[in-house]
Amino acid sequence: MGHFIIRRLVSSILALLLIITFTFILVHMVPGGPFASEKQLPDSVMRNLEEKFHLNDPLWLQYVKYLGQVVKGDLGPSYKYENRTVNEFIRHGFPVSATLGALAVAIALVVGITLGIIAALRQNRWQDYLAMVIATIGFSAPSFIVASLLMFLFAYKIKIFPTAMWGTPAHAVLPSLALATLPTAFISRLIRANMIEVLQQDYIKTARSKGLSERVIIYKHALKNAILPVVTYLGPLIASIFTGSFVIEKIFAIPGIGRDFVIAITNRDYGLILGLTIFYAVFLMAMNLIVDLSYSLIDPRIKLTRGEG
Amino acid sequence: MELTRELLQPLDKSGTEAEAVGKPRTTYWQDVRRNFRQNKLAMFGLVVIIVLLAMAITGPYLSGHTYDEQNYQMANKPPSSEYWFGTDALGRDLFTRVWYGARISLAVGVLTACMVFLIGVLYGGISGYFGGKVDEVMMRVVEILSSIPFLLWVILLMVVMEPGLKTIFIALGAVYWLNMARLVRGQVLSLKEQEYVLAARVLGASPFRILIRHIIPNTMGPIIVAMTLMIPEAIFTEAWLSFLGLGVSAPMASWGSLASDGVGAISAYPWQLFFPAIFICLTMLAFNFVGDGLRDALDPRARR
Repeated sequence: MGHFIIRRLVSSILALLLIITFTFILVHMVPGGPFASEKQLPDSVMRNLEEKFHLNDPLWLQYVKYLGQVVKGDLGPSYKYENRTVNEFIRHGFPVSATLGALAVAIALVVGITLGIIAALRQNRWQDYLAMVIATIGFSAPSFIVASLLMFLFAYKIKIFPTAMWGTPAHAVLPSLALATLPTAFISRLIRANMIEVLQQDYIKTARSKGLSERVIIYKHALKNAILPVVTYLGPLIASIFTGSFVIEKIFAIPGIGRDFVIAITNRDYGLILGLTIFYAVFLMAMNLIVDLSYSLIDPRIKLTRGEG
Repeated sequence: MELTRELLQPLDKSGTEAEAVGKPRTTYWQDVRRNFRQNKLAMFGLVVIIVLLAMAITGPYLSGHTYDEQNYQMANKPPSSEYWFGTDALGRDLFTRVWYGARISLAVGVLTACMVFLIGVLYGGISGYFGGKVDEVMMRVVEILSSIPFLLWVILLMVVMEPGLKTIFIALGAVYWLNMARLVRGQVLSLKEQEYVLAARVLGASPFRILIRHIIPNTMGPIIVAMTLMIPEAIFTEAWLSFLGLGVSAPMASWGSLASDGVGAISAYPWQLFFPAIFICLTMLAFNFVGDGLRDALDPRARR
């Protein structure tokens, strides 16, 4: 166990170093440099900019300086917005994004597990087909299409939710639903398949023959085992929430870091892209690590040993 | 009793075949094909894919408009007999653009899957076949790379490289091969100890030949399934990139870029989102049905 944690930590740190290095090289490889689009700037301003961002230093020196900053937790300045650092963007945007993400995870888990159980218990009946049709649609529609359809229906046609922006709980309904669609579909399929398999196992027969009520069997005995694979899916789930958040925050004009990232891409604001990428990478890798380690706590049958990573 | 010739007649053989145990021998792939054909959803998916492919080839020539022909008088027109799917903000015919976009989207899916296949099979095959230190190092590299959130990679590559189709292939191929390499390695590990591999080695076949001629063909089942499921995923990712403004650039179009253009106009001109969105969903469904069907057909345990 201890060995496993250390190995995972080492490979995470290596991966992080790889990301920082590659992103740095990529961003500095850009033809014309990060300020290429501002050709109308006077030479003196350009010189000031280059001075401020150390762009005149040799590349390796810039890299060392940047690495030193990152280790200290300073993700550097934005190249487009004067006087704003990446850290400030994160401080403003992350609470918003995290709220939205947590809501979406909660919806996905509750709705996904419920749909999955219903489908498994009513296998090959209309409840099953309905649940799986919902899941299949959620599975096959890109989130930006789901988001705009929700917006079209519930903000333009039936005006019950605001179309965009952030602030009141009503603002959060449509975006978190849109963000939860894909993971909900995935979880419900996963739960259905596992539930069907678990319900055929011997210990369920034993429970039945003991005369336990159907409710106890399903919730206390079957669900406990059927839910395990969902835990393994939590890592990818969080990742899909964050990629979804780029799109959803852009559509609903939500001031989170997802929207900042998209705007940074459109503006070719390399400072912000670099900083946010590193932030996202650290966040997601930490999440994955926690999820991986929690398997063994939840399911004592899983032994984390050397060998298969 | 005297034996006469009449008593020594040959038996009538017509009835004996019915007593034979078993049925006509079917090869593995015949079996797979039959099982696949019995899967209605999978067959439906296959038909949809064939229709989409046929339309992607012929569609852009059917309406008499080209994909980049602009006509400002006819901008944002709803579907009509002249413009079957309506027109976009620049008065371009959406029917032609949707099928032109189908070419790009399907090409992204298929070519990405092919690229992933090549890299993954080579990398995973070598790692699994040689084992030991080679395997240890190669798999450690995969482990480190796969702990990087891969869509960040795609975004960064797309931001930095020149926009265009080639970049999309490279970016998607560069991140999706990891799972394929893992899959192939696992398969090769379990196959390389089999007697027929030993026999080939005894006969003096080179490792490369053993890998390509003997081991890989036997791992094709799971690989084909993975490739089939890779295609919709690549199309999905391309749509997502297009929405972020990193996809193919105008006047070229993919389903993703058409849909993301449509998103902005949804309240006024919903058909501009509707048509590309329908075809993205249909393609996703079709490939997923075929992939699931193939997986069931290839797995003898899944048969009922």
